[in-house]
Amino acid sequence: MRNLWIGIIILTLFNACKSNTKTALPILGYKTPVTKTVNGKTVTDTEYATIPPFKFVNQYADTITEKSLDGKIYVADFFFTTCPSICPVMHRNMLNVYKEFKDDNNFRIISHTIDPKYDTVPVLKRYADKLGIAGNTWWLLHGEKGDTYKIAKSYLQSVSEKNPKGEYIHDGFFILIDKQKRLRGTYEGTDPAEVTKLIADIKTLKAEPDQIAAK
Amino acid sequence: MKLKVIGAIAVLLIVIGASCQSDDQIEFKRYYSAGSLVYQQHCQNCHGDKGQGLSSLIPPLTDSTYLKNNKTVLACFIKNGLKGKITVAGKTFDDQMQADDIAPLEIAKVLTYVTNSFGNKMGTITLQQVQNDLKNCK
Repeated sequence: MRNLWIGIIILTLFNACKSNTKTALPILGYKTPVTKTVNGKTVTDTEYATIPPFKFVNQYADTITEKSLDGKIYVADFFFTTCPSICPVMHRNMLNVYKEFKDDNNFRIISHTIDPKYDTVPVLKRYADKLGIAGNTWWLLHGEKGDTYKIAKSYLQSVSEKNPKGEYIHDGFFILIDKQKRLRGTYEGTDPAEVTKLIADIKTLKAEPDQIAAK
Repeated sequence: MKLKVIGAIAVLLIVIGASCQSDDQIEFKRYYSAGSLVYQQHCQNCHGDKGQGLSSLIPPLTDSTYLKNNKTVLACFIKNGLKGKITVAGKTFDDQMQADDIAPLEIAKVLTYVTNSFGNKMGTITLQQVQNDLKNCK
């Protein structure tokens, strides 16, 4: 019976989303109702899941925290440089996102390595150079394995340790985050059509009033 | 009745006519189409759906001259992987390609696909050739 209700709620939400005219992207992630007292009145508001504070190091050995992304719309993914399977496809597609927005200082791409033991800062720098990316649009982030795996959960991503064959299993999604650090979209990074949609959605997001207002 | 017989004969003639390709052509097509599947499974993630490679990380498969000059060692590249500096399409590549121990017949098929796609045109690379080349791998 409980499942039925959950099903009905999901269906209702799904249909509600569909009927929206597409001027704003949905807000994803867990929602919590928060009751506050504003000007003597009790107001119930919805609080959306946000990316928690973090600290990593990029390919230039600069420290990158959540503050480095204040006032920026960004896309996150998880990879490792020696990945023989989906990563080359993902980054071939991500290059299109990079090329589209590389002159926009309010946009970033962050790629977390899930193999920090091999993917040291110099290895990430070399990878960036060979990939043909420069400047600060696209950061390749190195950090403690535990920190990376923990932050992956905030992006609703599944990453795990090497399996017996020596392979890392990880999702190939690109996650779109807004200036309020909320999840606004997930895109299959291996599918060029989805990545084209991501580029379009970034433009939609940039035009939203609360994104223009946010600093 | 008579019409039906004539019709059947006509259809038969068309079928025979259409299938009148040389054995070589048929073999090429078999290798090529099977090779495209092997390519999708084993190569495409890195080398791309158009053989475009990835920047300076993964070489493209569009350099016909490189493929021609290295024709006899291509099978070894697949079987044993590839390490060290190579120059393809005017760029230097120095990353490692993983070994992929697939059957010689699969190698022949995928090489036939690669060397006849992406602007390349080298004809069939037969199982016989692949078996010979594999004997001489360094």
